[in-house]
Amino acid sequence: MEVTSTWYLVLGALIFGIGSVGLMVRRNPLVMFMCIELMLNAVNLTFVTFARSLDDVAGQTVVFFVLVVAAAEVTVGLGIIVAILRRRPQATVDDVSLMKG
Amino acid sequence: MLDLVWLIPALPLAGFLLLVLFGRRLGEPLAGWLATLMVAGSFVATLIVYVGLLDRHHDERVFTQTLFQWMPVGNLGVDIAFLVDPLSLTMALFVTGIGSLIHLYAIGYMHGDERFSKFFLYLNLFAFSMLMLVLGDNLLVTFLGWEGVGACSYFLISFWFTRESAAVAGKKAFVTNRVGDWGFMVAMFLTFAAIGSLDYLDLFAEAEGLAESTATFIALMLLVGAAGKSAQLPLYVWLPDAMEGPTPVSALIHAATMVTAGVYLMCRVNPLLAAAPDAMWVIAIVGAATALFAATIAVAQNDIKKVLAYSTISQLGYMFLAVGSGAYVAAVFHMVTHAFFKALLFLGSGSVIHGMHDEQDMRRMGALRKLMPITAGTFIVGWLAIAGVPPFAGFWSKDEILLYAWEKSPVLWAVGLVTALLTAYYMTRQVVMVFFGRPRWEEEAEHARVGPAEEHAQEPVAASGAAAELHGDAAHGGHGGGRPHESPPIMWIPLVVLAVLSVVGGALNLPFTSDLMVLEHWLEPVFGEHLAHAHVSTAGKWTLAIIATVTSLVGIALGCLVYERRKVKAVEPKVLEQGWYVDATYAAAVDGPGRAGFDLVTTGLDAKIVDGAVNGSAGLVRMIGSRIRRLETGFVRNYALGVAIGAVGLLGWFVSRAVV
Repeated sequence: MEVTSTWYLVLGALIFGIGSVGLMVRRNPLVMFMCIELMLNAVNLTFVTFARSLDDVAGQTVVFFVLVVAAAEVTVGLGIIVAILRRRPQATVDDVSLMKG
Repeated sequence: MLDLVWLIPALPLAGFLLLVLFGRRLGEPLAGWLATLMVAGSFVATLIVYVGLLDRHHDERVFTQTLFQWMPVGNLGVDIAFLVDPLSLTMALFVTGIGSLIHLYAIGYMHGDERFSKFFLYLNLFAFSMLMLVLGDNLLVTFLGWEGVGACSYFLISFWFTRESAAVAGKKAFVTNRVGDWGFMVAMFLTFAAIGSLDYLDLFAEAEGLAESTATFIALMLLVGAAGKSAQLPLYVWLPDAMEGPTPVSALIHAATMVTAGVYLMCRVNPLLAAAPDAMWVIAIVGAATALFAATIAVAQNDIKKVLAYSTISQLGYMFLAVGSGAYVAAVFHMVTHAFFKALLFLGSGSVIHGMHDEQDMRRMGALRKLMPITAGTFIVGWLAIAGVPPFAGFWSKDEILLYAWEKSPVLWAVGLVTALLTAYYMTRQVVMVFFGRPRWEEEAEHARVGPAEEHAQEPVAASGAAAELHGDAAHGGHGGGRPHESPPIMWIPLVVLAVLSVVGGALNLPFTSDLMVLEHWLEPVFGEHLAHAHVSTAGKWTLAIIATVTSLVGIALGCLVYERRKVKAVEPKVLEQGWYVDATYAAAVDGPGRAGFDLVTTGLDAKIVDGAVNGSAGLVRMIGSRIRRLETGFVRNYALGVAIGAVGLLGWFVSRAVV
C-alpha cells in the first residue's frame, strides 16, 4: 500500500481535531498549550504535504515562519503560565477569568 | 505715494504693540506722547496718500492695495486689502486728524490716572481698528475693524471698571452692538450668496444686476448693523450709557468717529442702495425718527455729557436722513462738520468736568465763563455750530440735509426742522446752565463746608444724573471742592483748533457756485449717478435756508427766555428725563417675557430635546452593552470555541462556493 499525500492530509486533520477539542475541553494550562502546539504542527504537516505534491517551495517556507512564531509564542505563553502557577498552584484556566464582562 | 496706504493703519498698530510691551515702563506722560505721535504720523501718512490721489485724474481716483491673502476658502477669497478712494480717504483724514487732537487732549485729561498707559493702548488700538474699517477693500475687512472698534468701545466705556455703572454700561454697549453685528453678518452671507464675492468693487459692479428684493434685504440687514453702531432707533440705548467712559473717549469714539461708521457703511454701499429704493425710504424714516426722538430726550437731561450723547444720536439721525434721501455728500459733509463741533463740545464738557473736579450735573454749574474763558469761548462756538447759526460749520451741512429731505418728502423736512429747533433749544439750555446764570457750585461748596452729614442729602441729585466721574486719583481729590479752574494748555489747544474748524468747516462745501462745492466735487466719483440732485430753484433754496436759520434762532431765543431770563417756566417732563422710558421698557421686556422665553428654551428645548437626544443615545448604548456583555465569560475555552466555530463557518463558506 503506497503512502500518498491523502494519508498525510488525513493525519494532519486528525491531529488538528485532537488539538482543537483538547483546547476546548481541558482546563490545565500546560495541556492546553500542548494542544495548541499540536494544531500548529498539524498545519505544518499539511503545508509540507502540499508543497511536495504541488512542487511549490512556498509551502515549506511558510512552515519556517510558523515554527519561528510558535517558538516565540511558547516563550511568552510559558512565562505567563509559570507566573500564574507560581502565585496560585493548582490553578486552572477557568480561574483566570478577569475578562468576564 | 499711494503705496503708503498700509502705513495709515500700521502706525497706530505699532503704537498699540509698543504700548503693550513697554507701556508700563514708559508711564506718564511718555506713553501718551507715543500714542499721540503714532496717530499724528498716521495723519501725515493720510495726507501723503491724499496728495497722491489728487495727482490722479478726477475719475480715476480709485486705488487698491493688497497686503496678503487672508482666507482663501473655496470660492471665497478674502484679502487684507485697502481701498483708497475719495470717500475712504475723507474718513481717514478726519479720523486721524481729530484722533490726534483728542489723543493730545487726553494726555492732560488722564493726568494722574493709575492706568494711564493702558488708556492710550486702547486708544491706539481703536485708531487702528477704525482705520481698518474705513480703508477695508471688502466687507470682511470692514467687519474686522467694525468688531475692533466695538471691542475698544467696550474696553474704554468700562475703563473705570471698579465703578459698577461703568462696567454695566460697557456690557450694555457690547451686547446692543451684537444685535447690530448680527445684521451685518447676515448681509455679508447674503452678499456672498448673491454675487460670490465680498469685495466692494465687485459689489458695486454687480449691484445693478441684483434682484430688487435681494438688494433690499441686504441693504436692510446692513442698516441693522449700521443702526447698532451708529445708535439709531431702536438700538440707540447704549450710547447715552456709554458716557460712563472718560470724556476723551466720548469725544473720539462716541461722537466723532466710531458712531459715524454706520453712516460711512451706508455711503460705501451706495450702488447697492440705489438698487433698493424701498430700503432708502426705511433709512430716511429711521434717521428722521431718531433725530426727533433723541432731540426730545436731550431737552430734559441734566448730565452735561448725556445732553451731548442724545444730541449725537440726533445728529446721526440727520446723517441717516441724508443717506436715505440720496444726499450722500450731505451725509459725509455733516459727518465731518459734526465731528468737528461735537468733538469740540465733548472736549469742552470734559474740560468743564475737569475744572469742576469731576462734577457732571449741570444743575450744580453756572457762571463758569469767567473762570474758564477759553473753554467757555470754544464751547460757545460749538454751540452756535450745532445750533445751525450761519456762518458756522453746522449750518451749511444741516441746511443741505434739510434741502434734500425736502426733495424726498416735505414730512421728513418738517421733522428735520423741528429737530433743528429742539437742537438749538437744548444746546442753549446747556450753555446757559453751564456758563451763565448763578454760580450754583458755590452753594454746593457751602453745603460741603457745613459737614459730612449734608453729603447724604445731596446723594439723590448725584444719583439722578450719571454718577460723577471719579478719577480715582489723589491729585484731584487733594484739591476737591476748590474753585473751578481753567484746564491746562494741553487740553485747551485742541479745543481752540477744533473751534476754528467748527467756524470754517462749512467752507468745505459752500452751495453758492459749483466751484465752491469742493467736497461734492471731490466725492463725486464715488457716488456718481446715485447722488440725488436738488431740483429746488435758487429762490426756493434761499427760502429753505432762511426758514432753517430762523428756526435755529427761535430755538436759541426760546432757550434764553426759559433758562437765562427765566420768563417762562422750564418744561422738563419726567417722561423725557427718563428717555421716554425706552430703557425701562427694554429692561422689562427682556426681564419678563424675554427671560420667560429663554427659560422655556433652557428647560424645554435644551433640557428635554437637546439633552434628551444626548442622554438617550448614551442610554441606548448602555442597554445594548448590558445585554451583550454576557457573551464575555472570561473562560478561554469559550473564546476558543468561538474561534473554532468561526473557522468552521469560513471553511463551510469556501467549500460551498467551490461546490456551486
